[in-house]
Amino acid sequence: MTGREASPLSGGARLRRRRAASAGAELLSLLAAFVAVAVLVVVVVSIFLKGAGALSVHLFTRTPVPFGETGGGIEQALIGTAELVALATSIALPAGVLVAVYAHEFAPAGVARLVRLCLNVLAGVPTIVVGILVFTLMVKGSGQSGWAGALALSIIMVPLVARGSEEVLAVVPATLREASLALGATRARTVLRVVLPTAVGGIVTATILAVARVAGETAPLLFTSSIAATTVNTDPQRPLASVALSIFADSESPDPHAHQEAWAAAFVLLVFVLAISIGARLVASRARGGRLR
Amino acid sequence: MKTRSETSLTPARDAAPSEGLLSQPAALDVLFEQRSPAEAEPLEPVLEARAVTVRYGAAVAVSDVSLDVHRNRVTAFIGPSGCGKTTLLRTFNRMNDLVPGAVVSGRVAYHGVDVNGAGVDPIEVRRRIGMVFQRPNPFPKSVFDNVAFGLRLHGLKDDLSGRVEEALRRAALWDEVKDRLGKNALGLSGGQQQRLCIARALAVEPDLLLMDEPASALDPISTTRIEDLLRELRSQVTIVIVTHNMQQAARVADLTAFFSVEPTGGDEHERGGVLIEYGPTEQLFTRPADRRTEDYVTGRFG
Repeated sequence: MTGREASPLSGGARLRRRRAASAGAELLSLLAAFVAVAVLVVVVVSIFLKGAGALSVHLFTRTPVPFGETGGGIEQALIGTAELVALATSIALPAGVLVAVYAHEFAPAGVARLVRLCLNVLAGVPTIVVGILVFTLMVKGSGQSGWAGALALSIIMVPLVARGSEEVLAVVPATLREASLALGATRARTVLRVVLPTAVGGIVTATILAVARVAGETAPLLFTSSIAATTVNTDPQRPLASVALSIFADSESPDPHAHQEAWAAAFVLLVFVLAISIGARLVASRARGGRLR
Repeated sequence: MKTRSETSLTPARDAAPSEGLLSQPAALDVLFEQRSPAEAEPLEPVLEARAVTVRYGAAVAVSDVSLDVHRNRVTAFIGPSGCGKTTLLRTFNRMNDLVPGAVVSGRVAYHGVDVNGAGVDPIEVRRRIGMVFQRPNPFPKSVFDNVAFGLRLHGLKDDLSGRVEEALRRAALWDEVKDRLGKNALGLSGGQQQRLCIARALAVEPDLLLMDEPASALDPISTTRIEDLLRELRSQVTIVIVTHNMQQAARVADLTAFFSVEPTGGDEHERGGVLIEYGPTEQLFTRPADRRTEDYVTGRFG
């Protein structure tokens, strides 16, 4: 503090230390942010470069070709994944929203906490365990099927949809519920006619993010839906192919063409997941702008 | 009417000089002579509260309040923050049922029927006793759907658009919204939103309308419009209005009840909302019977 008389506002050694620490913290967080972005860029670019050779219309319109031949595609896997995800969503969306509605609108505080805890645990269960569970429940004895795969995926989606939905239910103003109840609406009617319509943007966002998450899931399908399908099948009673498992199978193949096909499939999957994630953000920001302010 | 003169309008243990105020015909005449003849019709209780006490857990919000709400009159509840006026209001249509931990004792009789009695459905109570809240809370739906909400709820679907128009007219909003019935209600101004909420409540034709500080979130011009509206509505519906604004009570209310936070038990720390004085608005403001009322209306506290 010797320099105080000369320049009272320049600060002393202690202030210089504080400034250095602050600058250091800023630099570290900047570096961390850079690493996170860099990893994404490296993944996207490397997958694109390695798969570019196999990226063609054939990839989307043809099924796999025999060993050694070129020009095969993953049509059966694209159709299979689309169907698996659609079936899983049709199970998980209503289930997840109902769980959220119960926990947030009806359950006593203690029960709601328990439900939330269970959802968090379920969200953390390794997906291979979900696959094994569905295997023992549905596949053992009766064989693999699209339904079994969809059920496994839906078990993974439910906590995602439920937690996301509950977050938006919490943002619906309590005054809207009161307005409805004061008009003589029952609680269920209030949820159906006021709360859910107000929260629909957020629920859609949560669902899209859950779709993005399970579209690339491999482990839950390993035991439940086919890994070697080479023909197009849309019957969920029979096993359905999937992009993620095609990538797995192709990359295990001794055929170098198959390797390239795996990279191309990975790129397609990645672009799909990125696109719907960005789409979900757009829906979310629009919902905030319009319905929930 | 017959029994009202025997009924204490303020808690007995208050030793209130105001006790039985409303049974003094002279006091009423003074007020009613200045108003239109139609309003001189006799007082008829729509709702009778007797020894109503509301607790939130251990805290007493409203302590032993007894008063009558009279048909086709505007009754104002005034008093400082925390005096329980909103809580009391919410016991009338059983909105306190929704507050965890709220316990209501005493009797609230609507046309002689205990609203908390066995066999009474709160849904039906809330249909008959409408409510308008402190902040405008239109649903994020169209103007039309907001007003139609209660009508659809209660199956009043014949001539829906006619009923919606009628409710909007009664709320003095029709001319402003008739060309934008399909537009989202959140696009209306705050004052319009609040009148929409009034229209929404009026649409199901309640005979008692509870208003919880309906103008406190509005600008002065919107407030004036709401107050004008209240005076118009008085002939059609009974209104209870909670307000922080004493001038507002003086402008719109026929009867005013003054509440205060007072010790409610032997313990000085146990305090809750107590009804101090209830009577014709003019009398309460110009010749209050209780010292505490006088202090409040003259701005000495609160």
